[in-house]
Amino acid sequence: MSVDKETVAKIARLARVRVDESRGEALAKELSNILDWIEQLSELDTEGVEPMTSVVSMTLPLRDDAVTDGGYPDRVTANAPEATHGFYTVPKVVE
Amino acid sequence: MSELTNLTIVGARDLLAKGEISSKELTEAHIVAVEAARPLNAFITETPEKALEMARASDTRRAAGEAGILEGLPIGMKDLFCTEGVLTTAASHILDGFHPTYESTVSRNMWDAGAVLLGKTNLDEFAMGSSNMTSFYGGVENPWRRSGDNRPLVPGGSSGGSATAVAARCALGATGTDTGGSIRQPAAFCGIVGMKPTYGRCSRWGIVAFASSLDQAGPMARSVQDTAILLRAMAGYDAKDSTSVNVAVPDYEAAMTGDVKGMKIGIPKEYRVDGMAGEIDQLWQQGIKWLEEAGAEAVEISLPHTRYALPTYYIISPAEASSNLARYDGVRYGLREEGATLDQMYEATRGKGFGAEVQRRVLIGTYVLSAGYYDAYYNKARKVRSLIAGDFAKAYEKVDAILTPTAPSPAFGMGDKMDDPIAMYLNDVFTVPASLAGLPGISIPAGLSAEGLPLGLQLLGKAFDEETVFKVAGVLEAAAAFEAKPAFLAA
Amino acid sequence: MSLIKGKTGEWEMVIGLEVHAQVISKSKLFSGASTEFGAVPNSQVSLVDAAMPGMLPVLNKYVVEQAVRTGLGLKAQINLTSVFERKNYFYADLPQGYQISQYLQPIVGEGTIILDLEDGETREVGIERLHLEQDAGKSIHDQHPTQSYIDLNRSGVALMEIVSKPDMRSAEEAGAYLRKLRTILRYLGTCDGNMDEGSMRADVNLSMRRPGEPMGTRTETKNVNSIRFVQQAIEQEARRQVQVLEDGGKIVQETRLYDGMKGTSRSMRSKEEAHDYRYFPDPDLLPLELDAAWVEDIKTKLPELPDEKKARFVKDFGLSIYDAGVLVADRDTAAFFETVAEGRDPKLAANWVIGDYFGALNKSGADLQTAPVDAGKLGGLLDLITDGTISGRIAKEVFEEMWERGEEAAAIVEAKGLKQISDSSEIEGLVDEIIAGNPGQVEQFKGGNEKILGWFVGQVMKATQGKANPGLVNQVLRKKLG
Repeated sequence: MSVDKETVAKIARLARVRVDESRGEALAKELSNILDWIEQLSELDTEGVEPMTSVVSMTLPLRDDAVTDGGYPDRVTANAPEATHGFYTVPKVVE
Repeated sequence: MSELTNLTIVGARDLLAKGEISSKELTEAHIVAVEAARPLNAFITETPEKALEMARASDTRRAAGEAGILEGLPIGMKDLFCTEGVLTTAASHILDGFHPTYESTVSRNMWDAGAVLLGKTNLDEFAMGSSNMTSFYGGVENPWRRSGDNRPLVPGGSSGGSATAVAARCALGATGTDTGGSIRQPAAFCGIVGMKPTYGRCSRWGIVAFASSLDQAGPMARSVQDTAILLRAMAGYDAKDSTSVNVAVPDYEAAMTGDVKGMKIGIPKEYRVDGMAGEIDQLWQQGIKWLEEAGAEAVEISLPHTRYALPTYYIISPAEASSNLARYDGVRYGLREEGATLDQMYEATRGKGFGAEVQRRVLIGTYVLSAGYYDAYYNKARKVRSLIAGDFAKAYEKVDAILTPTAPSPAFGMGDKMDDPIAMYLNDVFTVPASLAGLPGISIPAGLSAEGLPLGLQLLGKAFDEETVFKVAGVLEAAAAFEAKPAFLAA
Repeated sequence: MSLIKGKTGEWEMVIGLEVHAQVISKSKLFSGASTEFGAVPNSQVSLVDAAMPGMLPVLNKYVVEQAVRTGLGLKAQINLTSVFERKNYFYADLPQGYQISQYLQPIVGEGTIILDLEDGETREVGIERLHLEQDAGKSIHDQHPTQSYIDLNRSGVALMEIVSKPDMRSAEEAGAYLRKLRTILRYLGTCDGNMDEGSMRADVNLSMRRPGEPMGTRTETKNVNSIRFVQQAIEQEARRQVQVLEDGGKIVQETRLYDGMKGTSRSMRSKEEAHDYRYFPDPDLLPLELDAAWVEDIKTKLPELPDEKKARFVKDFGLSIYDAGVLVADRDTAAFFETVAEGRDPKLAANWVIGDYFGALNKSGADLQTAPVDAGKLGGLLDLITDGTISGRIAKEVFEEMWERGEEAAAIVEAKGLKQISDSSEIEGLVDEIIAGNPGQVEQFKGGNEKILGWFVGQVMKATQGKANPGLVNQVLRKKLG
């Protein structure tokens, strides 16, 4: 089994997803199964193969430096669950 | 099913053009059909009032001689496309109440062409799934039933709501998005046509992202020509999407000449996978025969890295998804679950807002990108992806298009495969390789299984050569003459 | 190199700096929203900056050009292929949940900066890399008892992260590095360098070692917002580390936050526990490919940079290295000096610009734009000195008057009758009178007291209110006193 309960807890914490402790064991098993299945890639020799950067054969387009957007704070916060005074809010952050 | 809802887009377009029907009449008929099909759960949000308003505006435009190429045609929009002022959910709890203040480029293109919005169609949560069972808004029922068996079946996924809406004659056509098969597989399961164009053909701007390097919008409808018409309106260069390719959009309908004489059709030997149902293989052989009868030549080809496509896909797509879904954090839109600290708020919101499959993929993606594993998983997958794309490039030196089955089985029962993620993932075995290579593909209904369920054949083309795909698909469609209708319509 | 003396012997600092410099551009790195400072909350935010679902980044060409320009100014390698990656972490002011940055393939590679040290010495510090990345938004913590407020106006503004090699050995060198980097950025017009507004911020990487030994464990002190604080933070952190090491402790690799007001720092978080950024190439973007000819074109259009300018001032104008260094420290000052020096004695110009002019600027709090005396007026004053209309001493008086009234030197000289007396017959008459009236002093001179000559000069100056041409006075006195 490639991942255990503790690893699941660590990844879940990294991904900021609360996982009930009761599900930890089952989830570890599911993820391990998937990872073990994915593992078959390791049998393939990819020495010297360039990793794919994009399927489209074109160069990155660049835009001109002009102010063409913004200026609509109402739209920016329109869907915010708890906006106030034009700000988004989060539980107080202590640095 | 009224006469109006049974029309194809081509048929409806002609009647509208001749003035024999109005968009209002056509739309009203579809609104009734949408309501009647509610048990199938194909729509997350119905927009009948908006539809009527758009239909009236369309009739006005037509009267003024300003008809666009989708003028007056009522369609379904996969609820992954952001629609201004209309609830957009990605079938996830985490987007609760989200009303975008903007319109996705693809949907914008369609409204500009005159299309009418019937509603937002159901899907797997964040388009992650092959069954449409992962939707927060509940699974979608396939309008088809096995002969003599009334147990509900899945429509496939992730564009299962769109496929169902089209198959059940609720909409003339619908949009889908395809990351690893999410247009083609549900099209096959529901007996309709689904087209995934070349990556970069349709703008991704305004489509809720699942896996950015793979996601591509495409049309779903009841005939090849209908999808050709829809794609022409949907596609086009968009400066707001850095991966959008600036090439002209051809008239795909005009490409459907019916002439495939002398064309070479590749038959990849690696697609004869273990466990594929015999009837699927038979249908595939039948497809080859139809094309040969039309004057094309079948050529056996090899796509040697095919068996690595699924594991590659299940590294790349969750990795990208884990990052793409980081923005759903309870701050700017959607669900927010309170927490005493910032991190507790994030964890509560994302723990409650994401369903099991999404969580699974976010965790897998986080894991494969995490320190120490990047090279073994993600970078390795990128290399294999190069090899898979290379296989296709080599094959296309010899052939014009490739014919395969769309899926290894017909639609399965609702609730089946739910406890076995890998079995579920195997549904995409034939669709994923082309997704990884960014190539266009179409699924057309070509026959029925022994149990009376539709089966699809898939045609793949060269990058930006959707024209050939439509042309060959049109010939296949004519030969297959698929006329069967889902059980839901008989009820 | 300065060593720190501890209880157990000498210690050497090893310092590397990471500078975040806000790129001068109208719009953001990946969106068309404005970069302007201090607007209504969330008003300079596009849907892209707010990370709305389905929004996509499009790269600003001018920002790329600015990064290339900066790289060229740092004599650095320009990478024709670079890659934007996602740095994944959750934070309140990071709406995407990742920062688009460059990681394995930055746009600019190795370069160098020449430090100008106090003693006139120079020292080379290596640049490791420069890459482009997005700025974060701003959290405001003091408006509500249980909530922080988030303003995304800064979110997505382009930053250049400029990473030095660990080549600095003292707080002074770190200060010199920042000053020089800021000068270069300002010359190039790629960053305004205003640390107090946060458009240039520094992170200090510091470790201590015994001279000649390999590097020790380093700490990173974040976001120090003035050169003075950087130097203080270095001194303070060096002392702290020495104390820990000499007490037999170990330095923990960690991020520290410096409080400039209190002059102390504290640990923010320990690196190993907190972060795993999961970098991977941003699939919404393709690799950035630069055209070599375009880069070459930017290179040919680079302005003259401070080091070259300084060399030219020394070579062409005969200035001292010190004076040249002072003049080129600021691009506008250098231009001001060159205007003043145009067609005049450059050394005289340099003395006046560095001496009286800078003095007046400092005293009045004015800058080159707002000063009452511009380059043309100062040049006019120098012309009056050079052609003998006024003496250097009178010129200082005239300059003060010019500063006060904003008038031309000639007008003031005319109005106040300050014109130098260079008429030898007038001076001869005065000298005759003074000789006649002071036989005692004449005797002293004749008796060999050369110093008394100065007394005679003073008398002439007194009689002319300082306007007599001092050279001429000397000449006439010597002749008459014979």
